[in-house]
Amino acid sequence: MRRAIAAIISITIFVILTYFFMMGTAPINYTTGGHYVNPIDHEHSNQSVPQQYLKDSKKDTGASNVVTAIVVEYRGFDTLGEVTVLFTAATGLALLVEELKRKSMPKENPNFIVKIGSVVVLPFIVVVGTYIFIHGHLTPGGGFPGGAVIASGFLLLLLVQTNKGLPEKKLSATESVAGMTYALIGLLGLVLANEFLQNYLPLGTFTYLFSAGIIPLIYVAIGFKVGSELGGILHNLKGVHEE
Amino acid sequence: MMIFTVISWILAVLVIAPAIYAVESKDLLSAAIAAGFADLAAAILFLVLQAPDVAITQAAIGAGITLAVFVYAIRRTERWEK
Repeated sequence: MRRAIAAIISITIFVILTYFFMMGTAPINYTTGGHYVNPIDHEHSNQSVPQQYLKDSKKDTGASNVVTAIVVEYRGFDTLGEVTVLFTAATGLALLVEELKRKSMPKENPNFIVKIGSVVVLPFIVVVGTYIFIHGHLTPGGGFPGGAVIASGFLLLLLVQTNKGLPEKKLSATESVAGMTYALIGLLGLVLANEFLQNYLPLGTFTYLFSAGIIPLIYVAIGFKVGSELGGILHNLKGVHEE
Repeated sequence: MMIFTVISWILAVLVIAPAIYAVESKDLLSAAIAAGFADLAAAILFLVLQAPDVAITQAAIGAGITLAVFVYAIRRTERWEK
């Protein structure tokens, strides 16, 4: 019964998305050669690709960090693929170490200096990681570095709580919600702006926190996803002590 | 320009020497730590070469998480290479 419902839901979503793809895509003119407009031989540009990115990214995306503009806006679909690769790696590792996790590890006592030091350092690590991914469209950094910094905070937590792991269910719930948020933001672009991951929010004032449309939203989602995924990998590798 | 060249050479040595040690060493734990040190030097090199985005990621992933993954793997297997 549940499988039938799931099949019906997925077929419905597939049909709707196909419809929007057909509606959204402009008719392709094959006579000019190529499936897409390559910036190299764009008609109103005699510039090289990097110069065009540097010149146009402010107008197109409103992000002051050009790297983020390319990663999330121009090449947003590739970034979705990268996130999927990381998700697949984390899932595969969880499957592989499932048996090892049940083997109980010897009981260890945490190092005193690490234990006291973590109390001082951990809040700063989490704040810096959050800063990096929230300001991804303004300053160097973004979802992947911010999530990695937060995951190193998780690592410190694992080193201190030697006989406990991380809350696994909360981590995987965070990861799923963040991944679905990314996909949903992209699908809303398909509905509202006719293209997957197209920007449909106002660009706002340049260099302000609330600017650049959907880029900050996507980077917050990626930050949560990468942080919880890498934390889950570390938790799985460490194994849980059983009394 | 002179200082930039000197710093680049020092950092290049700091990347390559631990990397060679990590390949040659029979003690896998110290090899993992040497690899982490090479990653840290590479992160500083990226910062010198004006790629702060990559430097942040390299410092967090390379020097932090990869090292922990290696150490956890060594704890589950064996420390000495045969």
